[in-house]
Amino acid sequence: MKIAVLVKQVPGAESPLPIHSNQKWVDEDAVAYVMNESDNYALEEALQIKEANSEGEVVVISLGPDRIQKVIREALAKGADRAIHIQIDTVGAIDPLATASHFADALKEENFDLIFSGLQSDDFGMAQTGVIIGEMLGMATASLVMAIETGGGKIKVKRELEAGWFQWVSLSLPASLTIQSGLNTPRYPSLKGIMGAKKKEIKVVTPNPVEANQSLEKIYVPHSDKQTVMIEGSVDQMVEKLIHTFRNDIKVL
Amino acid sequence: MKNYGPDFYNITDLLTEEELLIQQTAYDFVQTEFMSVINDHYENATFPMELVPKLGELGFMGSSLPEKSGGAGVSNVAYGLILHELERGDSGLRSFASVQGSLVMYPIHAYGSDDQKAKWLPGLGSGTKIGCFGLTEPNFGSNPGGMATRCKRNGDDWIINGNKMWITNGSVADVSVVWARDEDGIVRGFLLEKGMEGFTSSDIHGKLSLRASVTSELSMTNVRVPDSARLPNIEGLKGPLSCLTQARYGIAWGMVGAAVDCYNTALDYSKERKQFSKPIAGYQLTQAKLAEMITRITEAQLLVYRLGRLKDEGKMTFQQVSMAKRNNCAMARDVARIAREILGANGITEDYSPIRHMANIESVYTYEGTHEMHTLILGQEVTGMAAYDS
Ligand SMILES: Cc1cc2nc3c(=O)[nH]c(=O)nc-3n(C[C@H](O)[C@H](O)[C@H](O)COP(=O)(O)OP(=O)(O)OC[C@H]3O[C@@H](n4cnc5c(N)ncnc54)[C@H](O)[C@@H]3O)c2cc1C
Repeated sequence: MKIAVLVKQVPGAESPLPIHSNQKWVDEDAVAYVMNESDNYALEEALQIKEANSEGEVVVISLGPDRIQKVIREALAKGADRAIHIQIDTVGAIDPLATASHFADALKEENFDLIFSGLQSDDFGMAQTGVIIGEMLGMATASLVMAIETGGGKIKVKRELEAGWFQWVSLSLPASLTIQSGLNTPRYPSLKGIMGAKKKEIKVVTPNPVEANQSLEKIYVPHSDKQTVMIEGSVDQMVEKLIHTFRNDIKVL
Repeated sequence: MKNYGPDFYNITDLLTEEELLIQQTAYDFVQTEFMSVINDHYENATFPMELVPKLGELGFMGSSLPEKSGGAGVSNVAYGLILHELERGDSGLRSFASVQGSLVMYPIHAYGSDDQKAKWLPGLGSGTKIGCFGLTEPNFGSNPGGMATRCKRNGDDWIINGNKMWITNGSVADVSVVWARDEDGIVRGFLLEKGMEGFTSSDIHGKLSLRASVTSELSMTNVRVPDSARLPNIEGLKGPLSCLTQARYGIAWGMVGAAVDCYNTALDYSKERKQFSKPIAGYQLTQAKLAEMITRITEAQLLVYRLGRLKDEGKMTFQQVSMAKRNNCAMARDVARIAREILGANGITEDYSPIRHMANIESVYTYEGTHEMHTLILGQEVTGMAAYDS
């Protein structure tokens, strides 16, 4: 099986996130980046499928400026065979349609059996890229995948539905799956893997310009002007005051 | 270092991409697999043996040695960063890696026969075998040259008699590197195997420092080994001393990890803990403590970084290692104590790491050459006069 895994570099959960003075994005210099959480699970799943079948190829693909080569190397160190870096400088790559078309362009010649992406990215949280890529490349798609069974030119996947329900669906190949966190235990890169990663290929491609339909206007820290009011007095007085507030100020009664 | 604590002088910028990824891996491993179990092991005075194969799989055992010697061929700075992260967890974890890599794999790699290398290095590197290093004796600590353990030629064999004290991993080791003096007074190294006739061990109990580490006494009564158990390519005290140089190098890095953990804990706490009108971080006395800590940590980081690059270039001297070991142990000891002060009463509980580090550092301050012995080594280096008898 030939599997592509989309990995994204995102600010780590514990990273400082100061807003840039232009209010378009965070100040990147202050950010500590990590691999997007669900992408890490997607990568592990791909590596396990390859290892179980003792054949195949796992190719990681990522979009962004030069700094993202850090997560690409990390994925190679964990065992991916080679990488494609779609080089793009804009940080506010906020339009999932544009993002997906860059990926689709880079992926279509390669004829992958499976394309894995994380369920969503921890920065923008659009949760659309993998599904749109599947559509663009005419592949079967499934989102929120919790388990995968391969065999006989088909795959069966377990999807997470609402309220604790799950669904098993069969898909024909090729397919694009968006992977939910928690379906496996991602490995650490071994030192041997880290040392070996520098010998692996990272193909850098420049994408064709695509018009974005969506862009970031402004980001800011929400401010709240709510106030806490302490109600005092006898029980009757307090109840009366509360009802007055519900009725006239909050208008819930 | 940037993501994981103070990096006041941007030392992270001097690290390679690989070194950073190696540090991240070690950090993630320790935080995920080790921090949840350390307090129980510390309390019960046990070591999490189940983690040893994982450490091996990741390549953390003897990682700067070449692959054919069971290592991973990483730079000495990368090796230092791994020990930094292990000791951020606990000195017991770092001690395990130091002994295995620097005191057992290193001498077999540097002085062993091909058969010895083939027999031991793959298992030691993958964490399926454990090693220990026996130099110190009940009556010879700072002065190992005086050792009483004897090896005597007997036909093709050697007969070994003596006791070794304070031996990390002594009772759990599959192979023990034991140093003994022959009839001509020459110090020789032997690889003794667990279960050999006359070779026994017993653990030292009641330690209030380095509790999450096995420390034992080894006893040899007429232990008979073939000459093939002797390390063939070294003789004299420089054998064990060269191993200690390797281990001390790693300790100097490890101490920064312990200090950083104390500093981070104290800094966070001082910003949260309010007394009188504001967080205690807002008071000058607390700030003086934090300023002192970050300065001493930064000095220590610069020492080990430069030392590591010198080692990578093959230019490191043992006196330079003495300076880093001496300085960084003293630094970490002070930082742990100041961090504990800032934590107030909370600082005396296991809920916060500084007091555990503080207790551990007492061992690290003493082993691998006490603070005083490194002072004398530096004194000799700058004056040309030895203040101890050799
Ligand atoms: C937890 C732990 C683990 C250890 N693991 C190992 C191990 O794996 N393998 C191993 O071989 N050893 C190990 N050791 C032993 C350690 O290396 C020795 O404890 C150390 O070398 C000091 O020896 P000592 O304890 O006999 O102290 P001593 O040498 O008796 O020293 C006592 C005090 O006197 C001072 N002193 C000694 N000589 C002088 C002098 N000339 N001038 C001024 N002051 C002096 C010392 O600095 C010290 O303060 C371990 C020790 C500990 C605590």
